[in-house]
Amino acid sequence: MSKQSVAVRKFDAVIVGAGGSGLRAAIQLSEAGLKTAVLSKVFPTRSHTVAAQGGVSASLGNSEEDHWHWHMYDTVKGSDWLGDQDAIEYMCRKAPEVVVELEHFGMPFDRTDEGKIYQRPFGGHMSNFGEKPVRRACAAADRTGHAMLHALYQRNVRANTQFFVEWMALDLIRDESGQVLGVIALEMETGEVVAFHSKATVFATGGAGRIYYSSTNAFINTGDGLGMAARAGIALEDMEFWQFHPTGVAGAGVLITEGVRGEGGILRNSTNERFMERYAPNAKDLASRDVVSRAMVTEINEGRGCGPNKDFVLLDITHLDPATIMKRLPGIREISIQFAGIDPIKAPIPVVPTCHYQMGGVPTNYKGQVVGDDGAPVRGFYAAGEVACASVHGANRLGTNSLLDLLVFGKASGDTVIDDLRSGEIGLRDLPADFADRTLARLNRLNTQTGGASVNECRLELQRTMQKHCGVFRFKDMLVEGVAKIIEVEKAVAHTEIKDKSQVWNTARVEALELDNLVEVAKATMVSAEARKESRGAHVRDDAPDTPANPNGRDDANWHKHTLWHREGNRLSYKPVIMKPLSVETIALKTRSY
Amino acid sequence: MATSTMQFKIYRYDPDKDNAPYMQDASVEVDFSLDRKLLDVLTRLKAKDDSLSYRRSCREGICGSDAMNINGKNGLACLTEIKDLKQPVVLRPLPGLPVIRDLIVDMTQFFKQYHSIKPYLINEGPRPERERLQSPEEREELNGLYECILCACCSTSCPSFWWNPDKFVGPAGLLNAYRFIADTRDQATNERLDDLEDPYRLFRCHTIMNCVDVCPKGLNPTRAIGKIKEMMVRRAI
Repeated sequence: MSKQSVAVRKFDAVIVGAGGSGLRAAIQLSEAGLKTAVLSKVFPTRSHTVAAQGGVSASLGNSEEDHWHWHMYDTVKGSDWLGDQDAIEYMCRKAPEVVVELEHFGMPFDRTDEGKIYQRPFGGHMSNFGEKPVRRACAAADRTGHAMLHALYQRNVRANTQFFVEWMALDLIRDESGQVLGVIALEMETGEVVAFHSKATVFATGGAGRIYYSSTNAFINTGDGLGMAARAGIALEDMEFWQFHPTGVAGAGVLITEGVRGEGGILRNSTNERFMERYAPNAKDLASRDVVSRAMVTEINEGRGCGPNKDFVLLDITHLDPATIMKRLPGIREISIQFAGIDPIKAPIPVVPTCHYQMGGVPTNYKGQVVGDDGAPVRGFYAAGEVACASVHGANRLGTNSLLDLLVFGKASGDTVIDDLRSGEIGLRDLPADFADRTLARLNRLNTQTGGASVNECRLELQRTMQKHCGVFRFKDMLVEGVAKIIEVEKAVAHTEIKDKSQVWNTARVEALELDNLVEVAKATMVSAEARKESRGAHVRDDAPDTPANPNGRDDANWHKHTLWHREGNRLSYKPVIMKPLSVETIALKTRSY
Repeated sequence: MATSTMQFKIYRYDPDKDNAPYMQDASVEVDFSLDRKLLDVLTRLKAKDDSLSYRRSCREGICGSDAMNINGKNGLACLTEIKDLKQPVVLRPLPGLPVIRDLIVDMTQFFKQYHSIKPYLINEGPRPERERLQSPEEREELNGLYECILCACCSTSCPSFWWNPDKFVGPAGLLNAYRFIADTRDQATNERLDDLEDPYRLFRCHTIMNCVDVCPKGLNPTRAIGKIKEMMVRRAI
């Protein structure tokens, strides 16, 4: 393929990804009349936001008193104090506004008797700075993500947003000054490669949960944005922090929402004990996700797991009124019947902690601008949602804060793009002569490679390595070995071979290109995890145990800082956590317990 | 391990190299302790032959990507139990839409019809500071409607849609049209009914009910279409 064959299309803004954050950003840009392209590997309503279940948080106070400041406190505590307090304040303050806006867009929220948005309890949601549970999760049954994604897509239909559906972005284009000038993308139906040359580029590419063997994530969650950013010299932040959701269906990995416990569900071990009472006497089954997942794995490791292999625990809702289950949790009933063969009205659901969410990502500020190592914005580059690390989730995300993150930072990134375009801060700069070379080289290699490794086998090896070496509990020796193993996988990935050479809808090629991204994420994760010699949030190591000096194994003196992984040289640097909120007082470091 | 060989007949067509579509015989080792759904087995088939092309994403029946025709009936591969399938399992693309490659169809016409019903809330009133109120009973009216995943199983099983895909909105589009008509927050009921009062757009539905039979989410487009017709009659008298 020659350089001349790469067509160039020009836009004010290009958004990569059409899940919640991409669609929310697109609404801002389309309604502002900017020439915007939204690229997506899948039809927008097939994006993974669709699978979110339990709710979106906002201190609306529809059932009892609530306040954004309490929400902020819970989020900082949930993050194990690794979240940036300016971004967290921004998100929690904006929550009621963006959720109400979504209702105005047509979101079919459930309702209270007064006709207001229905809110349910969720893990770590408390009133009055951690005092007692509060109903903060705004829900549409247990299909909140589906209802939200469709409402956002529908609003974009109204706004005439221009979509490029089933286009996969392959690489970021940057010039010598480091400014981002768009992306190169592949049209899946035709195999055509096109440069989207734009003044602003917004990454809304979602997460990379498919680096793990057992994941609640969709097949498409392959960290494409992270891979593209890393290859273009952008460091990735806090990649050691991955959330294992307590309740994935054992064996299948499919998510069962925390909203089940919000509605009164209880976790039980093989002795039928409600074991969370021992681990989190106050919040019990609604403690933070990292806490519950560790408790479950501890129960299993100590022989109190259920089933013939004692390798899962039970999520019990048999004591709930069947009418409540049918009304509030119809989707999880369907999932249990489909994937566990169990009707939860009659019997408890077998569950295990399952990889669910990436807390780290492309470093951004609270305006949605991607920032470099010095904290200064990378001109022309924005990110929102799971791909971004603002950082609002720190070392552990609270349930329902992901859907909130999409809305708040999707909107903020759109608004910032508009500001930067209008102020002349960013404009259309010339493409460098060699802008397509690296991408075309990757494609040409795939077209001509013979005798290489199988994409499927490389991906399985990567996923098994991550699962075994970098799971819920992490061990020093396993992490060291894990780094070496991932480097081996990377070598094989450089020589993957596909048999399918067709230009038309070549899914083998797409999977090979996705694997290029997965391997960057896996490396970033393993290297960052091996280096962080403390336990914090979702990152817990055997050599950083709970001691009086370092409660929960957290070592603030040495490790209260963000990790930055640099692809070049596979090297790490660190930057401080932003402890100063925008308007309120700092929420000071404290030992975390539920 | 409960392993066994499963036999398939799969519709194959790659316009880059095939002059015409053909049915390919394929077989694969299945481990019934790990593989439960058709999508699990398709993944195994694809590991053997990476050129087999189909869409898939969430693998849990919520994204609507992997709709196909399975032993003569439309369904989602990720929700189809393999142990219930008669062999050889015959897999074809969704009927009535142009095939791009293998099990992948061009869904342009399907989405065009969805977009034609103005699938968004229309309420030009001033935006209140808080949420618009809606009683639980009013919200209940949207159940069985808003859950549509746009997989196209229904519309592509409908003979009326096969004949007039450019003129008949089809069951998915009409179900979604009623989703907005039924929403107390929407103010465009009359315009929506006007738009559908047409010999083709709505009235090509002959209540064959294939749509109800195949919907993987258990929704009932025929009932929604009936409600729209009822409203038209009611406003006429």
